[in-house]
Order: sequence, then C-alpha cells, then structure tokens
Amino acid sequence: MMDFDLTSEQGQLKDSIGRYLAGRYSGLEAREAMRRRPEGRDPALWQGLAELGLLGMPFAEEDGGYGGGPVETMIAMEAIGRSLALEPFLATGVLGAAALRFGASAAQKARLIPEIAAGDLCLSVALTEPGARHDLGHVATRAEETPAGPVLSGRKDLIVWGESADAIVVPARLDTGGVGLFLVDPRGAGAQLSGYAAQDGSRLADLVLDRAPAERLDPVEGSAEDADGLTVIERIAEAGIAALAAEAVGAMEELHRLTVDYLKTRRQFGVPIGSFQALQHKAVDMLLMVEQARSMACYGAMMVEADDPAERRAALSAVKVQINRSARFVGQTAVQLHGGIGMTMEYIGAHYFKRLTVIETQLGDTAFHLARVADAGGLIAAE
Amino acid sequence: MDLRFTPEETAFRAEVRAFLRSEIPAGIRRKVSEGRKLEREDIVASQRILNAKGWAVPHWPVEWGGQDWSAIQRYIFTEELQQAAVPLPLQFNCYMVGPVIAAFGSEAQKRRFLAPTANLDIWWCQGFSEPGAGSDLASLKTRAVRDGDSYVVNGQKTWTTLGQYADWIFCLVRTDPEAKKQAGISFLLIDMKTPGITVRPIVTLEGHHEVNEVFFDDVRVPAENLVGTENKGWDYAKFLLANERSGIARIGMTKERIARIKRLARELPSGAGTMWDDIGFRTRLAQLEIELKALEITQMRVIAAQMKAGSDRPDPASSILKIKGSELQQTSTELLLELAGPYGAVGAGRVTGPESAAFGWADAAAALYFNNRKVSIYGGSNEIQHNVIAKAILGL
Repeated sequence: MMDFDLTSEQGQLKDSIGRYLAGRYSGLEAREAMRRRPEGRDPALWQGLAELGLLGMPFAEEDGGYGGGPVETMIAMEAIGRSLALEPFLATGVLGAAALRFGASAAQKARLIPEIAAGDLCLSVALTEPGARHDLGHVATRAEETPAGPVLSGRKDLIVWGESADAIVVPARLDTGGVGLFLVDPRGAGAQLSGYAAQDGSRLADLVLDRAPAERLDPVEGSAEDADGLTVIERIAEAGIAALAAEAVGAMEELHRLTVDYLKTRRQFGVPIGSFQALQHKAVDMLLMVEQARSMACYGAMMVEADDPAERRAALSAVKVQINRSARFVGQTAVQLHGGIGMTMEYIGAHYFKRLTVIETQLGDTAFHLARVADAGGLIAAE
Repeated sequence: MDLRFTPEETAFRAEVRAFLRSEIPAGIRRKVSEGRKLEREDIVASQRILNAKGWAVPHWPVEWGGQDWSAIQRYIFTEELQQAAVPLPLQFNCYMVGPVIAAFGSEAQKRRFLAPTANLDIWWCQGFSEPGAGSDLASLKTRAVRDGDSYVVNGQKTWTTLGQYADWIFCLVRTDPEAKKQAGISFLLIDMKTPGITVRPIVTLEGHHEVNEVFFDDVRVPAENLVGTENKGWDYAKFLLANERSGIARIGMTKERIARIKRLARELPSGAGTMWDDIGFRTRLAQLEIELKALEITQMRVIAAQMKAGSDRPDPASSILKIKGSELQQTSTELLLELAGPYGAVGAGRVTGPESAAFGWADAAAALYFNNRKVSIYGGSNEIQHNVIAKAILGL
C-alpha cells in the first residue's frame, strides 16, 4: 500500500529535531551570531544533534549506529533546510556516512562510527577537483604506496565544511588506474587546507596534498577491487542528492510560507498586496514547484536504495533536475514578490534564496543531470 | 513511507492490462494513440466491452454497477486505460451525470437512467457553458419556467462536446432569476429529441467537429426530469466539476504519448542518424518525463491524503494536478509536432510517397497539438485553478 506517512518513531524524530533547530535558529540574528564565530557555526549544536541521536542515525545498528534509513535522513535534512541550519550534517551524516557505509571495512566502521555518533568526529568528502566541473569520475589526485602506507598528492576543492572535518574522505587514482577512497587528516603532514566562505553562509575548503599520509577505506580488507572506488563515489553522490532534495524542500516550504505571509501583511494602494491576482498566481506557481519538488524528494528517498545502478542513477538525476528547477523558481519568485526588502541581507528570505542557489550548484547542476536522464533514454520505456 | 505497490495491486494492474490489450480492438486503440478522430461506434463499442466486464463505472456505488475498489485501484485502472490507449468511458456519462444521478437523483431516475448510462445506451452531453457564462459559470441565463407538470426552457448552451451524438443533455438552467446567482440554478435532464432543440456544429481549430452550440426554443421538459431540489443545481454542479478535476491530470495518457514519441524518434531519419540521436530533442523529452514523474507522485500524495481523510471530497490540491497535468499534456503534443519537423505543416489529403511514408502520422500530430490547447481551458481554466488554490490553500 502506497503510504506517505511516517512511523511514530519517525514522527518523534521530526518533532524533536524540528523543535531543537527552531529553538536555536530563532531568526536571522541568531544565525548570524553563529555564522560569525571562528568555526562559522556553534559547535554546541553539533553536540545537541548527537544527543538527539541524529549523528548515529545514518548507520546500521550492527555498526554502532541507530539504524536509520533514507526517510530518517530526509526528515533531518528537511528540518535543516527549514531552519537554514549551519550544522555540517550533509558533510558528516550524509556524504561521510555514505563513504563509510559503502566503502569502509568492518574494522574501520567499528572504530569511526561510535565517535561520529557521539559527536566527536566530523567528516567530509572531497568530491571534486579543479577542472572536474560536475564529473565525479575526474580524479587526478594520485595515491602512492610506500613502506609506511599510502601517501596522496593532488588538489581537491569545494569541500563542504572542510574546516570542520577531523578527517576527509579523498578519492585518489591508484597505480592500477582505478580509484580508491582514503581517509586524510587535513591538518596532518603534507596536507594544506584553506577554508573560505560560501555564498550561503556555510564554509567550503580547498585541500592541497603533497605526499600526505592516508588510510585506505576498504570494504573488504586486503581486497584489490580497484574499480569499487568510483561505485562508492556514485553512491555517496546519490545519497547527497537525496539529502539535498529534502533540504531544499524544507527551505522552499519555509520561503514560500514567508512569502505568502508577506503578501498578506504588506499593504500598498490601501490593500494587502496579496489581493492582487498577478501576485496570487505567482505564489500559486511557487506552491506547484514546491509540491513537485517534495514529490521528487520522496522519490529520491525511495530510489536511493534501489538495487539496479542504472535505474538508481537516472532516478537521482531526475530528482536533482526537479529540485534545481524548483529551487531557482521559488527563490527568484520569493525575492520578486518581496520587492526591495527581498534584496537585502537583513531579510532572512534572501538567505534562503542563497542557500537554494548553492544547492543548485552542488552534486551536479540542472544541465548535467538533465543530460544524464536523456542519455539514459529517459524514465519511461518505449515498450 | 513506502511508495511501492503491494503484490495485490501489481496483480490487479496485470489483470487490467491483459484484459484491455486483448479485448479492446487494436484499431480503436491505434486511433486513440495517434490522436485521430474516434467515431461514435468506436466509443460505444469500447465502453460496452468495459461495461460487460463491470469496469465502465467502477467508481459508482456498487448497487448501480460500481466496483468496491480502493482509490489506488481506481488510479491504477485509469492509468492502464490511458496507457493502453483505450478510449476513456464517456466522461459525460460516467464521471458527470451518472454520479450526480446516483448521489442526488430520485429512485425513479436511478432506475431509468443509470444502467443505460453505464452501457452507453444513452449518450449524454453537457449543457453548462453559455456564450456569456464561461469561467463565470454561475452567470448562466438559460431559463426554465415551471408550467404545470413541465419546465419550459429557453436559451443557449455552447462548447457542447460531442453533442451531435447525444441522446440526452444535462443542463444547468436558471429557475429563480430573483435569487443570488448561484442560488437560482437547477439541474435538468433533457431529451435531445424534444421539439425546440437545435444543434449547430462548431469546428475547432484542428478542423474537427467536436463541439456544438445547442439552442433551446420553448422546449417542454417534464418536471420529473429535475434532479434533486429546484434551485439546488449549483451544489450538484460543484460535485460534478470536482469529479471532473480529479481525473484530469491524464498522466497515463501523457506516458503513452511519450512512449510513442520514443518509438517514432528511433525510426525517423535525421542527418546521419535518427531523431533519437538528436540530443536537444531527447533533452526536452527528458525534461517532460521528469516533471511527469514528479506529477505522478504528487497525484499519489493527493490520493493518499484523501484516503487518509477517509473522504472522496475534492481536495483543492487537485487543482495542482489539473494545472500541471494539462501543461504536460500540451508539452507532449508540442514534442510530437516537433518530431514531425517540416511535415508538421501537412494537412489532410496528402498522398504520401515512399520517401515520407514514415510521416503518415504527421497530420494527426498537428491536429492533436492544436486540439490540446483546450486542456488548459476546459474543466476550469488554469487561471481559475490558480484562483482556487490562492483562496483555498494559500488563504489569499
């Protein structure tokens, strides 16, 4: 039976994380105060998320996690999007978690997951390199075997919350030509991490590696399955898209709500501007785009664990196309309907628009994913 | 949250699919797929096959021939009808007047009309719109004046789809000109053979005779043909229009058209290859498919919410389905026309040579494109749907 309801546990998770974040992100000033801290966020909130059980959620119980799945991730990311939270949950709880789930040995999981769940270890994944654009298979960073273990050399960029990460998952080219995933200490020997502000108030980082010692992530210890790396990267990106979709839906719904409220309260010509049909219809078009995005976020949560890689890949690309198009339309239209106030840094709506715009650029833009769906022959069989 | 169908639902889908593809004549289904004009006999034959199986009016009350199906089963059934390119059971009979009579008609009306309506022994047409009453339907002026055991009807209806085939027409008529405009309307069933009725064809822009004007000149209608209570017709009309809107996304139909576009594109020469090699075309098609997938899930969300609320009451969210569904239907006809390329200019009467036999469908593609401009107009124009959502969902 087709069912869009949450279980009672999922409902509790939604309530608790929603309440927690709404309490901390009570408005733009609260968010700005956190953003201006040296870390670019308030580390106390990360502990708060750990206490809520959120950080162990993405992992199986036998690995030391709390056994959440795509729906739990969707709930968390939607709340993050709705509150415009700065916490690096995407980096650790989605991208990093997927790297471990699909790419790490049992011993590595046993070592790392309890630390993540406790809020003591943050991860990120270095998915792109200069010149790679959206191609996650573009990996020029090289891994070299030495008697002391592997060392990596190369450049990675646009690492989500890289400065917050205690360890960064780095894909690198092996001697065999395949790609392996490695854990790198971004503050260790041979690693140079430089952080900078992103357009949406979060932080990004570039990483230069020069014979930096690394630990190979290996699903089966001692296995020489070199090609596995790219498969794992694909799974990480798919998990990321499903999560970004939910985050975007949370952000879009809130931005739409703010916009409709504004139409009801802002008066011009002696009446609320929401009485004008031209503006009403734009607000309705925003709703259509939000609902289509929510549907695709549900689809993403369903398909992210599908068995068939080709089907999964086309589905997640379709999700990202709809999310991106909805995000752009809802963001732009919200600014337009707010008029001048929508243009200012003082208004929180503008910050939602900026986050939505950054989401568009992350893990593949519209043109990239549309081409992938087209290359796959679309979603409907010709029979 | 689980978006998968149960094994029972999947088995139901397979049963429906097998029946439709083996029992409904292929020639009729081909016409639907190509968007060619259906003859009256095609529609009647197809509906009678469905009715013999008990499937013409599954959403009606069981005692009047309906099936005790879940909302999901109804959804699957409609999608399979559309994907198999089966003519939909006549809208006016099955989704409009039938449910109104079943819900609001007298026992005598139910016994007289429902079975022949399901079997298309009676062909109904819809007398709602008037030249001066389109989106503002409640401003309709056709008058019905009580005279003894009859009403005397005078006025004009328009956009009467397939009225040229109809045996009966269900009309909204004004019975109280003094009342506030929605309050003075009644729902009347009128035999098209009654003296004083004139039907004039209107040829729509694709060149087909699909709609009509219907004139009433002192038409005497027995008072027993009033449905429900006098002056309550607007309530029944709202009930009917909500039924109309819920099936209006036509997602299965658009899917069927996309599958056909893909088959045609693989055969059509273009440059050194086929149209399927044209990445620009395929990208536009992919964009349509993505939006259609999103709408399919949106539709399921609306159905799930309705089931949860335990009601068949129309959800204002169905206006979302109407707007987006009609836009995607139109986009699919645009892509079909683009696929025809220069042959999209071809009208009727061209004798196709071997070099262009592959384009024998092109004239129908253009007609379908022109005809489909209607879908964002009928059933409450898309702009009216925007008004509905602004008011009912956004509170503006």
